[in-house]
Amino acid sequence: MSQTMETVKKPGPQITGRPKPRGSLRRGENVWGILFVSPMLFGVIILVLFPILATLVLGFADWNFVQGWDGIQWVGFQNFRHLLEDDIFLKSVRNNLIFLLTVPIYMMISMLLAILIDRFVYMKGYFKVAYFMPYISNIVAVAVVWQVLFQPSYGPINEILRTIGISNPPKWIADPNFALISIMLISIWISIGFNLIIYIAGLQSIPKDLYEAADIDGANGWTKFRRITLPLLSPTSFFLLVTGVISTFKVFDIIAVMTQGGPIGSTTMMVWYLYDTAFVNLKVGYASSIAAVLFGFVMLITLGQWAAQKKWVNY
Amino acid sequence: MQTQAGVDWRKLFVTIVMFVVSMLFLLPFIWMLVTSFKVERDVFVYPIQWIPREWNAIQNYREVWFGDYPFYLYYWNSIKVSMLTTLISAMVSALAAYGFSKIQFAAGNWLFIIVLVTYMIPGQAILIPQFILYRNIGLFDNHLGLIMLGSFSVLGTFMLRQFFMGVHQEFIESAKIDGASHPRIFWSIALPLVKPAVATYAILRFIWTWNDYQNPLIFLRTDRLFTIPLAMQKFTSLSGEFYSLIMAAAVSAIFPLLIVFIIGQKSVIEGIALGGVKG
Repeated sequence: MSQTMETVKKPGPQITGRPKPRGSLRRGENVWGILFVSPMLFGVIILVLFPILATLVLGFADWNFVQGWDGIQWVGFQNFRHLLEDDIFLKSVRNNLIFLLTVPIYMMISMLLAILIDRFVYMKGYFKVAYFMPYISNIVAVAVVWQVLFQPSYGPINEILRTIGISNPPKWIADPNFALISIMLISIWISIGFNLIIYIAGLQSIPKDLYEAADIDGANGWTKFRRITLPLLSPTSFFLLVTGVISTFKVFDIIAVMTQGGPIGSTTMMVWYLYDTAFVNLKVGYASSIAAVLFGFVMLITLGQWAAQKKWVNY
Repeated sequence: MQTQAGVDWRKLFVTIVMFVVSMLFLLPFIWMLVTSFKVERDVFVYPIQWIPREWNAIQNYREVWFGDYPFYLYYWNSIKVSMLTTLISAMVSALAAYGFSKIQFAAGNWLFIIVLVTYMIPGQAILIPQFILYRNIGLFDNHLGLIMLGSFSVLGTFMLRQFFMGVHQEFIESAKIDGASHPRIFWSIALPLVKPAVATYAILRFIWTWNDYQNPLIFLRTDRLFTIPLAMQKFTSLSGEFYSLIMAAAVSAIFPLLIVFIIGQKSVIEGIALGGVKG
């Protein structure tokens, strides 16, 4: 699983301008500086920078692992042209776009739960831990448990649905029409904990006197939410939106464990298709072109974030 | 809203509603735990038996831990990989974070931009070259390779850099005047001051490494090297219809993490809230 990080209040790390060091100390500082950052730099160059360049180059090749280096054929934009006609790839992109829907849904649920937990309940600690459980748990174990719970004919969920009068409940992950929705539901269930914690932190940074002032002016709960809570949470929401959108492009584990892209390709997503192409079918060049597209999507969102930040967020 | 007795009824009502809602999040775990104690034929008995009619806990767990797919081995692998990754990653991150925040060196800002750029690259976009590289330098299918993959996370550098920036420059300057070198200042002054942040990062890194499924799936082949998530998945595909065993395996996979989480709960939640960190 990969990570992203940013400060909640001010997304986008900042590089502070520093005065240039002068005099005899300078050379010593340069040496120590390089020494301190070199392990990280070394790792990052070998394991991230070099590989991303290689991905972009291999995207233009037709190559299979087992052929060895001699087997590489440079084919220009052919891989990318094929992607545009590749039904499974297009379906993967479509599924990725559908999956985006989970983000606003779990954000809204999390915001509501966060407000309730922050202001209106006893035993806050219990609730934080309870809602956080799915996020902290091993996703493979969680996926396996849901797989059994969703079992179509005798799984507990369908038994309960039959009891409350739904005679013909969906077959969930076994049904091409329901599989993606099932995965999305589980994904929402997992993501709420993280979003909730961030929202609670956001709520706690809102000055209390704003609400007191609103009370004096006779504002009701809804007005206070619309005029104070929502705008002052906007940096938090923006941060969660961006990390949430980026994380939908990285969805893999849950697909790999629960559906393997099936039934009949209904849950294939970009990273799953990338994995399947590269490590099952061994088409390295073609898979690299998928990786390049994935990289492009994530970069677009990241750059878009920087552009949109100023407009969207009310400080 | 406060009543005479001191109980806020509206608050109590919301608490009860929220408790019911929280069951949506906890019941799957409770079901998993209960099922892991049952005999196989009772697993799908409906209405759900929340207290097993017939206990089979010891046999189930013995099969998971010492059977054909022995979990004790995968536990050891997971502990080893997670511990070493956490240790190396925390060290590398702390060094780099100190370097980028407390040492003013010529190329500092440029090198920091390089690190910043790599942070935006999604891990899956670089899997294939990493795989090819690993095959060629002998890091494929061993724990060292897996540990290396998790040890150079840029994230830790960012997180800790923010905390090092909070350490007053006067501390560093006066130590320098007293003749202390940077390693000395780092180790005896700066690092102790950001210890809580390092601990938070370490707990998060441990949890992420423990839960990582994708890297072991791609970079390990040999069964006896598997970590828990990968073993969990293999176990599930092999055990097929033995759901009580699968649930015992799932409980085993989640349990240690729960302990880490409960012990470090404050750090984890605060760390996530503070840094806005997503695993």
